[in-house]
Amino acid sequence: MKNILPRQGVAASPAQPAQATRGNPAADGHRARMKSLVRTAGMLPVLVLLCIGFGVLTDGFFTLQNLSIVTQQASINIVLAAGMTFVILTGGIDLSVGSILAASAVAAMLCSTIAGWGWLGIPAALGVGLGFGVVNGALISLLRLPPFIVTLGSLTAVRGIARLMGHDTTIFNPQLSFAFIGNGTLFGVPWLVIIALVVVGISWFVLRRTVLGLHIYSVGGNPEAARLSGIKVWGIEMFVYAISGLLAGLGAVMSAARLYAANGLQLGQSYELDAIAAVILGGTSFVGGVGSIVGTLIGALIIAVLSNGLVLLGVSDIWQYIIKGLVIVGAVALDRYRQRGSART
Amino acid sequence: MSRSESTPPLLEMRGISKTFPGVRALDKVRLSVWPGEVHSLMGENGAGKSTLMKILSGAYQADPGGEIVIDGKTVVIDGPLAARELGVAVIYQELSLAPNLSVAENIHAGRELRRGGRRFGMVDRAAMARGCEDVLKRLGATFGPTTLVGSLSIAERQLVEIARAVHGDARIIVMDEPTTPLSSRETERLFKLIRQLREEGLAIIYISHRMAEIYELSDRVSVLRDGSYVGTLMRDELNAESLVSMMVGRDISGFYKKEHAPYDPGKVVLTVRDVADHNRVRGCSLDLHSGEVLGIAGLVGAGRTELARLIFGAEPRARGEIAIDGRTLHVHGPRDAIEAGLVYLTEDRKHQGLFLDMSVRDNINVAVAGRDARFGVLDLALGSSRAKDAIRSLSIRVPGPRVNVGALSGGNQQKVLLSRLLETKPRVLILDEPTRGVDIGAKSEIYRIINDLAKTGVGIIVISSELPEIIGVADRVLVMREGLFAGELGGYTGKPITQQAIIELATGSQDALDEAA
Repeated sequence: MKNILPRQGVAASPAQPAQATRGNPAADGHRARMKSLVRTAGMLPVLVLLCIGFGVLTDGFFTLQNLSIVTQQASINIVLAAGMTFVILTGGIDLSVGSILAASAVAAMLCSTIAGWGWLGIPAALGVGLGFGVVNGALISLLRLPPFIVTLGSLTAVRGIARLMGHDTTIFNPQLSFAFIGNGTLFGVPWLVIIALVVVGISWFVLRRTVLGLHIYSVGGNPEAARLSGIKVWGIEMFVYAISGLLAGLGAVMSAARLYAANGLQLGQSYELDAIAAVILGGTSFVGGVGSIVGTLIGALIIAVLSNGLVLLGVSDIWQYIIKGLVIVGAVALDRYRQRGSART
Repeated sequence: MSRSESTPPLLEMRGISKTFPGVRALDKVRLSVWPGEVHSLMGENGAGKSTLMKILSGAYQADPGGEIVIDGKTVVIDGPLAARELGVAVIYQELSLAPNLSVAENIHAGRELRRGGRRFGMVDRAAMARGCEDVLKRLGATFGPTTLVGSLSIAERQLVEIARAVHGDARIIVMDEPTTPLSSRETERLFKLIRQLREEGLAIIYISHRMAEIYELSDRVSVLRDGSYVGTLMRDELNAESLVSMMVGRDISGFYKKEHAPYDPGKVVLTVRDVADHNRVRGCSLDLHSGEVLGIAGLVGAGRTELARLIFGAEPRARGEIAIDGRTLHVHGPRDAIEAGLVYLTEDRKHQGLFLDMSVRDNINVAVAGRDARFGVLDLALGSSRAKDAIRSLSIRVPGPRVNVGALSGGNQQKVLLSRLLETKPRVLILDEPTRGVDIGAKSEIYRIINDLAKTGVGIIVISSELPEIIGVADRVLVMREGLFAGELGGYTGKPITQQAIIELATGSQDALDEAA
């Protein structure tokens, strides 16, 4: 995670240029690839270690049923964190995803009660999420307001809208037409997990194989250079916040389908923090330009495994908070330390 | 106004050297300043004026071996605070005031008056306001001590800076190009103030590129060149010829020299008519021919970069027209310019050019990736082969296209940036300081690339502060001064492109002489 301060990091290590220009080409190409692999998979050892630890300490961790629970619990956060990865790669932040999820879920439940047209809840949720995302994006990219402030505002305002839409009650629908999304399986794999993996797959493709992805990294790495290279910076910013909103809407469909219910006040509280934590654990730079969606997937799984394992161990939820917080900071600190060490050799 | 040499100088700097890694910025420079004089410091960009003043103000430490004497006593200036206590104050180009605080608070910054002793850090605003009323009145300020600095004009802020210096009992005031942001009336007022300070016995070290100001103000002028002291002229010895020759005087034979064919340009590719912004650029017109290298020379702050950015569409222009191949170009941003075949190499490649965390391949392809893509999907194979070709043809020294650009040397970074522009197949190329921070080897390679491109019919504009570079590379030179083209050399004008001619146009020394005559 040397990438948290990527520019300074590069500028401040005079050893690097000599190294990179002297060695033989094949070895250096190999090293570059290894380095990006290490950065992407940097937290994989932590995930593996956590799994082994919980496997040893508890009986139930490695059962098929429990793994299914863990991945289902992780799935919504994976979807939100995927959107968050896009945003943070441009050097932005989206604090509003939890609230957008709540509003979208309420919209989904309201539409699901229309007789015969209950499946309309899905496009409703996606539309509401996309709509709020576009509003965020417009305020940030067109009016040039700081992302932190814009999304802090929508975190609060959209939460209010969510409660307003549901008249501040829990909307319940036991005959939910798309409940299979939250509870069904395809060839034994829960739909929630399939959706999450598909989102990760598409995100990977967009970021690594499309012009749009290259432009996202460019804008995050150096916005002024991106502009002078002819990239529509405002369009890229608009896109990432819109996608973040849309994925919050998708998260809302998943959440509503699982619970058969939505509550504008409670649903999605502090989801944005879990999503941000997953992205950061995944090695994505907070100033933008460096990071990967695979890292985010690993980060989200670490958080889910930690929660699940601590529950299995019978740790009280007060201590769960404390331990989770420490693990996030500790893992990132360890990663930074290791990266610095490797840069020196 | 000349002082007798028999009185001891207020400030003497002797044998001052300063070495930065790889560069000797100052080499045994000396400077003597007497009380009650305006001492001007002249030299080309990079001659070492600012470095010398930064040593005087404690921002830099001189190499061991030099000596600074103030009032007959050898002093050690190990930081800005020490300089201030010795009575040295610097008024920088970019003013160092806090706009959200009052005039009085700014004047007292770092020396706030406290109430109830030091232990309680309560600021005594009333006492601070009273304390600087006198100074402000003496300097002829039309605003009071409680005015917010943010509500003052640039000229008024400068006055606050001067008041701060005077209030802090400064005896040596350094002014670095103070008139650049001022109107002519404000400049007159500043000069009146400078003369008043001189009468009060202060020493003013005045840095400016404008000959007219030097003539008007200076009691003496010292000239630096390439980090060395060249000499000092008394007021009655001042004339443009000797000043310019002192500033130039360099042997340029060692630099790359283009084989100058007879000037035979192709048809006009770029037409610029009366382009201006609201600030620096005051209406510039030029024609650029196919296959021509047009140099734009001028001093820092003359508006060269601003003009280039206006043509490229990086900044909105206030007026003017631009055409490529005779077709009027409606530029709303860099994107439109690039599509029309006009590209711009920034002078600041680290902050405005490169993506340091991205690979050489991505850096080269970023501007054309959209052009190659099918349904928005990157053509990675094409991108890689293009990057490999660029690495080969521009001889970029890098192990492979996937290495991060941040790991390369300045010259190789510049070539990566250049190849990004070239991949767009431009008709017009604007290069802003193309060899800044680049070693000699890469420099001559960049000159070769410029030359080769011109042969293929690309129109090239080279902006440079290095005169030998402009002279070596350009077929024709336009010299900019204060937002306007002051003159043209080479090309059809028949006037030879020489350092002397460029400096005279850039500083306006010829005009100043004409006025004096």
